[in-house]
Amino acid sequence: MSIDRYVRKWGPVAGLVMSFMAAIGMIRSFDGRMMINPVLSLGYIALLLPPAVFGYLAARGEVNVLEEQERDVPGGAVKGAMVGLIAGLVTVVFMLVTAPFDLSGFFPNINDAMVDVMTFHQGLGLGSLILIAVSTAVGAMGGALHGASEVVRAGVLRSLGWVMLFALFELVVTDIIDVRAIVRFIYAAGGGLQLWSALIIAALAWWLGGRYAGRRAEFSDMAKASEAGSRLRYSLIGIGILLLIILPMLVGGIVNELLINVALFILMGLGLNIVVGQAGLLDLGYVAFFAVGAYGTAVLTSPLSPTFAPALNWWLALPIVMIFAAIAGVLVGTPVIRMRGDYLAIVTLGFGEIVRLLLLSDWLTPYFGGAQGITRIPGITVGPLTISGTSPELFIYLTMIFVAIAAYISYRAQNSRVGRAWAAMREDEDVAEAIGISTVKAKLVAFVTGAIIASFAGALFSAKVGTVFTNSFDVLVSIIILVVVIVGGMGSIRGVALGALMLIGILGGPKSQGLLTEFAEFKLLIYGAILVFMMLKRPEGLLPSVRRSRELHGAEAEQDAWLDRRGDFVDEDAEEAIT
Amino acid sequence: MSTDLAPEVAKPRRFKFNWVDSFLWFVRVAALIAITIGVVGSFQNFAAGEGPSATAWRDLIISSITTGSMYGLIALGYSMVYGVLGFINFAHGEVFMSGTMVGLISATMPFNNGFWDSSPFISIVVVLLVAMITSTLVAIVIERVAYRPLRGAPRLIPLITSIGVSFFVQYAFAGLFGVATRNYPPSPPGLAADLSIFGITLPISGTRALVIAVAVVSMIGLWYFVTKTKTGSAMRAVAEDKEIAGLMGIDVDKTIVTTFAVGGAMAGVAGLMWALLFRGVDFLTGFLPGIKAFTAAVLGGIGNLPGAMLGGVLLGLFEGVGPLLVLGGLGIPGVSQLKDAVAFAALVLVLIFRPTGLLGERLGSEDRV
Amino acid sequence: MALLDIRDLQKQFGGVQALDGVDFHIDEGEIVSVIGPNGAGKTSFFNVISGMFAPDSGTIVFDGDHVAGHLPNEITERGIARTFQNVRLFPNLTVLENVMVGQHCRTDQGMWGAILQTKKQKAEEARIEENAKEILSFFGTRLAGYRHDQPAFVLSYANRRRLEIARAMATEPKLLLLDEPTAGMNPRETIELTELIGKLRSERGLTVVIIEHDMKVVRDVSDRVVVLDHGVKIAEGDYETISTNDDVIEAYLGRPQGADDE
Repeated sequence: MSIDRYVRKWGPVAGLVMSFMAAIGMIRSFDGRMMINPVLSLGYIALLLPPAVFGYLAARGEVNVLEEQERDVPGGAVKGAMVGLIAGLVTVVFMLVTAPFDLSGFFPNINDAMVDVMTFHQGLGLGSLILIAVSTAVGAMGGALHGASEVVRAGVLRSLGWVMLFALFELVVTDIIDVRAIVRFIYAAGGGLQLWSALIIAALAWWLGGRYAGRRAEFSDMAKASEAGSRLRYSLIGIGILLLIILPMLVGGIVNELLINVALFILMGLGLNIVVGQAGLLDLGYVAFFAVGAYGTAVLTSPLSPTFAPALNWWLALPIVMIFAAIAGVLVGTPVIRMRGDYLAIVTLGFGEIVRLLLLSDWLTPYFGGAQGITRIPGITVGPLTISGTSPELFIYLTMIFVAIAAYISYRAQNSRVGRAWAAMREDEDVAEAIGISTVKAKLVAFVTGAIIASFAGALFSAKVGTVFTNSFDVLVSIIILVVVIVGGMGSIRGVALGALMLIGILGGPKSQGLLTEFAEFKLLIYGAILVFMMLKRPEGLLPSVRRSRELHGAEAEQDAWLDRRGDFVDEDAEEAIT
Repeated sequence: MSTDLAPEVAKPRRFKFNWVDSFLWFVRVAALIAITIGVVGSFQNFAAGEGPSATAWRDLIISSITTGSMYGLIALGYSMVYGVLGFINFAHGEVFMSGTMVGLISATMPFNNGFWDSSPFISIVVVLLVAMITSTLVAIVIERVAYRPLRGAPRLIPLITSIGVSFFVQYAFAGLFGVATRNYPPSPPGLAADLSIFGITLPISGTRALVIAVAVVSMIGLWYFVTKTKTGSAMRAVAEDKEIAGLMGIDVDKTIVTTFAVGGAMAGVAGLMWALLFRGVDFLTGFLPGIKAFTAAVLGGIGNLPGAMLGGVLLGLFEGVGPLLVLGGLGIPGVSQLKDAVAFAALVLVLIFRPTGLLGERLGSEDRV
Repeated sequence: MALLDIRDLQKQFGGVQALDGVDFHIDEGEIVSVIGPNGAGKTSFFNVISGMFAPDSGTIVFDGDHVAGHLPNEITERGIARTFQNVRLFPNLTVLENVMVGQHCRTDQGMWGAILQTKKQKAEEARIEENAKEILSFFGTRLAGYRHDQPAFVLSYANRRRLEIARAMATEPKLLLLDEPTAGMNPRETIELTELIGKLRSERGLTVVIIEHDMKVVRDVSDRVVVLDHGVKIAEGDYETISTNDDVIEAYLGRPQGADDE
């Protein structure tokens, strides 16, 4: 019997992914988080995700856009089961090979505890068999899902999605409901959903979602119709804003703290989005402007600023900080203006690091405090109140206001003469110049606008935390802002918000934790994987801007023809110069 | 068309006030003045008998050259990939780190049973091989999984992907090997001492001499490979024009894999050098040397192999000697903290003074415009 | 006085003399064709005039000002617009946006206007859009109506060429440089475009330099023809003179066999 090509391909891959997750300690660490008590922990979800996903992929086989996919439940299940079987076998072999040796000297996470979790606490012998059986079963389910009808597939995915959501957002949900009896009904004492509540959520999601799906088409038609549509859109936006205003009052301090982080990253993401997404300048040193904002505010407002301590009010310091940021934008922007895109990336990265290293150095310690940083930065006075990080439920509103300002600036810029010039420059710099756009000016305006928005974030950050240290400004921050922008969708304002919510909110930021504290150790691994995955599969992001999605996927058939021709551009350019 | 010469990138213009040019001239002049004042200041200090002694300066220069030759070897990988595919493989630093990290296993075991001290050369060769093989494999896997599907995509996409790969590999190694810094065993006693040839003791330790020798040998080997072998000329052809090379019967994919493999192997050699020079290794080890090696590649002229080596050595000198010589002469305290800042400043200044590097870029026709 | 006056233009690319002492002038309201075999330096000539490359030496006087060595955007602002041999639109911007962006150098609202939504900014945006639509209507039904919101990459090849001309017109030039505007068009489209070039002068008052390979087009549109070969101007005159000039025939067809080498 010959084994299907895709089974041979995905089976071992699934096994390697499972072994890899075990070897880096992910499974064991995630096992500490209960999702459905006591049946399923996050660790087992992670462990069984590969057989399910790759089983689905094996059942899908060749992807051909032009032909209708063949959907067949038993066939898919068999393929999926084989993938699961191979994956389980590979994983078991990995455990058996490593178990006899004490490798913890080199590989601290390959140890008995890992094996214990992987074998469902049943010992290597019986546990291995269980693992293989479970993996096969889950693989079969994944494969069968591909074969199932549209309604079933959507239903299953929707139910799983909502259960996951409720389990992951336990903290938020309990904060909002805040009635002990109901909370206890939904969630178990040790964390995680109760089994029955999970089932109820799944059933509700299936049923309600099915009813809603029919109406959705109707709804979106209505939203498109101009008269009623605009009323509908405005009322939806209104409801959205209202929810945003109410939400911080419902949730507790921890969640508000998290929301502030998310909002700060939305703010910086919006700024970077102007530079990278709209003007097409890949800036990897964006954190430098955040640092200018934070340190500028610290020096101007803190009474403990080492040399120069005017101890201004935050609101007075803000315009000065904005001017500093604008100057920094020009200083960084000018030397890189003539550089090729990728050189620009690495040079801006260099600038970011130079700023951090200088702030840290003995040389500038008399001004910026070096490793000690600057402390006792006062909060922000609003009327009689002084708002700082100790009152996150108020601080979040301030942050939201600045996010709204930044979003407004981005939106207006995008649809203006300047925004069109950026778009033209991003598409073809030489031609943009030839039709009369001063690329120097356009680039500097992009850098300065981006820098000022980052300085807002910096000013808010230092007032919130009360202290600034250089380690809040390393290159990691720049990269994570970039990931937020890319995952959300370059050039898209909604995309940045979604990206920040998902990444910073759930996984956590560079120095802060997200909702899933278990992810802390692995969040950067996941960031890297997400970045690669997005670039390979969906470079336009989750909520792409209109222009960008055309650029990267668009009406593919038509665009292909166009791209083919564009491929010849290079040679023609060379010819053009000589003819 | 009759010829495929590409237009020059630079656009010389008649003098007219222009903000960018004026700014760049200001930076150039300011940098030159600062460097001159710094160097003169250092010489005055030296003449006055202050600051480091002559021996200290000599040792500093020698150690800078050794570090620099290591940067040069890593830079070869950047340079070759940039020459062939036209993007900065940000993850190359992690390729280097992976070899260093896995090589540690092959060094610890012989050290524990005494073999390291009794047969130092065999042990070091084993570490070298392990590091080279690991780095090569990691480079090939990265190419296959992350870069090959992106062939022909807009050039910033592979760059962003490589940033993602870089993070992924870093934290995968953090998960596998833990986050603590581990140390290679100290250099075998025979190597740690100053080198003596024919009874003359040279002011350089055996380790450093070995490192320089390995770098020189690798460079010559690579040079031979690229210019004299068939695979090497295929690589150059693919760098010049992928499409035409493909039409000429060259297997483009295979050649690109070879490029990554060779770059990875050189990074593995650099891994051994790191092990001998610095000993400590953790999952972040690749990041800074990676960026510095890229700087070295740009400094020498990207795509230019001797340029990468020269750029490496020069960058080693800039960051090793520069802080003390220039910043020390300017009277700035705590100069050794500013080593990395000097390296980054060197990158910026190189690109302002001479964007095509010291020995000139060698890029394919597709990458020049 | 000539609108554009070029003296002794020199440009080298890595050892190849692309332009070798070219003199050229064009008066206001003229249409001049530049012809020559492949590799003659025609596009280099445009690139140097439009500022994409600075000449090695020589003077370019446009409308009384020296413009040699200025930035492309400055030259466009003075009133020279161009199209490209291989059509370089902004493929992901819409048709309308492509033309709107052409008016960049004739408008001046910046970030502040956009953020504060000043009256001036709103008026300017409205004017930009109106102008863009008016320019597109110049092409009759070809670029009209529903196509305005389409991204440029969905256009047919001929329409891309038209749109590129529209974008150039949006910069409100005095002098328009068209680089092989009929390349890749079918005979009907070619005739249409030939008429359009005439209309550019008669209705819009533009002066036009055109690089063209199609001799019918050259005959129909040009007041004067300039022939380049190997970067040297080898002949100049009206179409009839040029088409019988021995040097020109030689440049296109090669030296007749057995001809004397001196």
